[in-house]
Amino acid sequence: MASPRDSRSILPGFGLSLGFTLAYLGLIVLVPLSAAFIRTAGMSWHDFVVAVASPRVIAAYRLSFGASLAAGFVNMVFGLVVAWVLVRYSFPGKRIVDALVDLPFALPTAVAGIALTSLYSPHGWIGRWLVPLGFKVAFTWTGVFVALTFIGLPFVVRTVQPVLQELEPEIEEASSTLGASRIQTVTRILLPELMPSLLTGFALAFARALGEYGSVVFISGNMPMKTEIVPLLIITKLEQYDYRGATAIAVVMLVSSFVLLLLINLLQKWSRRYHAI
Amino acid sequence: MSIEAHGIRKKFGAYTALDGVDLNVPQGKLVALLGPSGSGKTTLLRIIAGLEFPDPGSGRVLFHGEDVTDVPAGKRRVGFVFQHYALFKHMSVFENVAFGLRVRKRSHRPTNASIAERAHRLLELVQLDGLAGRYPSQLSGGERQRVALARALAVEPKVLLLDEPFGALDARVRKDLRRWLRRFHDEIQLTTIFVTHDQEEALEIADEVVIMNKAHVEQVGTPQQVYDKPASPFVYQFLGNVNVLRAPALAGSLRRGLRPDEPAPDGQIFVRPHDIEVTPHDAGGSGLSAIVRHIHAAGPQARLLVEQVQTREHVEVEISRSELTDLNLRVNDLIRLRLRQTHSFDEDYAI
Amino acid sequence: MAVPTTAPFANRHVRPATHRANRDPAWARWALTAVALVFLAFFLVLPLLAVFAQAFAKGGAYFLAAIREPEALASIRLTLFTVAVAVPSNVVFGVAAAWAIAKFRFPGKSLLTTLIDLPFAVSPVISGLIYVLVFGAQGWFGPWLIEHNIRIIFAVPGIILATTFVTFPFVARELIPLMQAQGTDEEYSAVTLGASGWQTFWRVTLPNIRWGLLYGIILCNARAMGEFGAVSVVSGHIRGETNTMPLHVEILYNEYNIAGAFAVASLLALLALATLVLKSLVEWRQTGTA
Repeated sequence: MASPRDSRSILPGFGLSLGFTLAYLGLIVLVPLSAAFIRTAGMSWHDFVVAVASPRVIAAYRLSFGASLAAGFVNMVFGLVVAWVLVRYSFPGKRIVDALVDLPFALPTAVAGIALTSLYSPHGWIGRWLVPLGFKVAFTWTGVFVALTFIGLPFVVRTVQPVLQELEPEIEEASSTLGASRIQTVTRILLPELMPSLLTGFALAFARALGEYGSVVFISGNMPMKTEIVPLLIITKLEQYDYRGATAIAVVMLVSSFVLLLLINLLQKWSRRYHAI
Repeated sequence: MSIEAHGIRKKFGAYTALDGVDLNVPQGKLVALLGPSGSGKTTLLRIIAGLEFPDPGSGRVLFHGEDVTDVPAGKRRVGFVFQHYALFKHMSVFENVAFGLRVRKRSHRPTNASIAERAHRLLELVQLDGLAGRYPSQLSGGERQRVALARALAVEPKVLLLDEPFGALDARVRKDLRRWLRRFHDEIQLTTIFVTHDQEEALEIADEVVIMNKAHVEQVGTPQQVYDKPASPFVYQFLGNVNVLRAPALAGSLRRGLRPDEPAPDGQIFVRPHDIEVTPHDAGGSGLSAIVRHIHAAGPQARLLVEQVQTREHVEVEISRSELTDLNLRVNDLIRLRLRQTHSFDEDYAI
Repeated sequence: MAVPTTAPFANRHVRPATHRANRDPAWARWALTAVALVFLAFFLVLPLLAVFAQAFAKGGAYFLAAIREPEALASIRLTLFTVAVAVPSNVVFGVAAAWAIAKFRFPGKSLLTTLIDLPFAVSPVISGLIYVLVFGAQGWFGPWLIEHNIRIIFAVPGIILATTFVTFPFVARELIPLMQAQGTDEEYSAVTLGASGWQTFWRVTLPNIRWGLLYGIILCNARAMGEFGAVSVVSGHIRGETNTMPLHVEILYNEYNIAGAFAVASLLALLALATLVLKSLVEWRQTGTA
């Protein structure tokens, strides 16, 4: 931001670009989003509580939050390993593997959903080995967890990878000249350095999993009270023309997402704390 | 502890960083590894530290006569200070300094109280005790450098190795800190090697200077030795300004101590700008005729850019301000140059 | 900002790991590499292979028939049409937003940047729902729309709106940091040399941001073609009319036409693979010239 104020105002198009940005943002995002809150504000407190805290809804929250947390955690662990391997080691096909990590971003969720279902169903490539062992994945909690792990996979990898890449090799060398073992260097130096990005990746994967719909509905089986995720419940209510119920639950989810978004922003500020020079 | 390295070779792929380098650092000395970037000096330092290893079968590193070539960095008891400090950003200054003690095996680990005591004593030594609770991002460059030094000293190393210790600092801090390092070294008497590409820095504080170029050691000696008696054209040019004159240009009685009838030698003559005497042309006598082309008189010394009449070669001359005033020189004045001290690396032609 | 869908390619240079002190023991390298590859094989490679295997489970002829079926073709046409409207809109928006945010100073800038990212934090289902609340029969404009016989929800405009919403931030979030990093010096020079505003944009700014822009478009396009949850809420699932490709996949799958569903799904999977290839090419190109 070195250039003086004058050089900025000399460029044309400020009014036009900002005006268009605000109008488009307002029409596409802000007005429709506010509709959810305004609709809910019209409900009585009692109706709202009934809508968002009935046993079936509570069961859906528990499934969505629980499976998303579990998936986020698994992604944190394996995402770190994947990022580590991609940054530090070399092996044939590494570039392809690196590109493939983004598959969950690029593959339409419905396609991921039916693919995972066919893999884990009793006759699927994976299911046929697991089911005889008494381990059912499709149409259970585990199925939801598998789909959410798939959908959140790139987040931790892609937040940790650049941080790991930018890490000066000298800090590890410093640690080793000071007599630390490799394990001590990893646990006392590297992990703390990566922690903010790991947590950010976890939070992003968790947030994405909370709202995920397409990849889950096929594999979850959608049994009320058992394998019904919150987004599906919203659709179910809509299909029953229960707009108020659907909107009230949506508001709860929106607020959760915004709190998460805030947390993620704070996390990123925190991670910059030690690095601001 | 003395440090020796014998016949060290190191290649990175096709690139040769060190090509059979020997080094001998006596106990308690402050030694500078001086050379341009890419000369191999940092690689040599890293090999001494155990951060890099010589190519298999090529050479040995000895600490106090003991072969440590295959000993990893953590077991060599070297204190290493990195060019960009490599401080642990998530740890306070205090924790950075204490790190080397905290990671020791339980049986060798000092108590928390004695770790704290030692860390504070070291921070006092580097004059940073008040900043123990800060994080590296809250410190200035010079302060970070000293934290890195205190951290390296905490493990009671037998050798201190510094890689371009002042490279990332601005000119002013750099000067203060290098003098501080000299005094500091005199106090603790720890065998110290530092890498630098700044000849002024090396000549000012080192007991001994090792000049490196293109994977070889060019010369080893005290600062005065290497400055006054450079062993190669490279060293001559690397240490301070120098004019390189084609020898035929000096044919005749241009130099003191050279008879007019002596045949003009081939090769090059090296002369430092301050080793040239300027006299007015009409004063007569011997000397090289030259025309003043530019006078730069800001600073303690005046620098003249002159052009030899005979060869049109440009020569830089340094004279004092008072001489400049006495000579009353102007651009395009005709003058005579006399070379007080020159140097040639032609074997059968030495002064 | 908050939700990186991908690593910013500016950071992707490779540092050779030649330092001994950073090297893990061989067993650790093998073990970690094996863990990572097995994990990725199970979660990424197998699902992808399954799509193509199932698509051709009943043979090539069945596959061709499934994707040539009128309703499949209609869904492809609708998806392409939706993308043709939603993506350019978001490109124009992204460029305008990045121009305003990166080249000028004004209060509330960081709030605006956060708001642009907002759609990424919203569940796809909720993204559809909010349009139902605005334009649906019981929505704010519902009665008026019915009166004037305009259909938005359960019709193509709703699908386009929902798609635009979910892909809203893609281009802007690529361009804003890129243009911020590039600063204003070049534009300023162009203007002082007498270029008009549009000339400055076309000849100076656009060439500088073209790879970032392309990157954003690739991601935006992939998401727009594959969006399921949001579109599912607003489409009404009218066969041959308001079914996009992902919705058509769902219908076939729910009718137990598994091979047919996977046939259409394999087209979308190909699109995903093409996206990954293009994205990698742009990244390599970017790091190569940087």
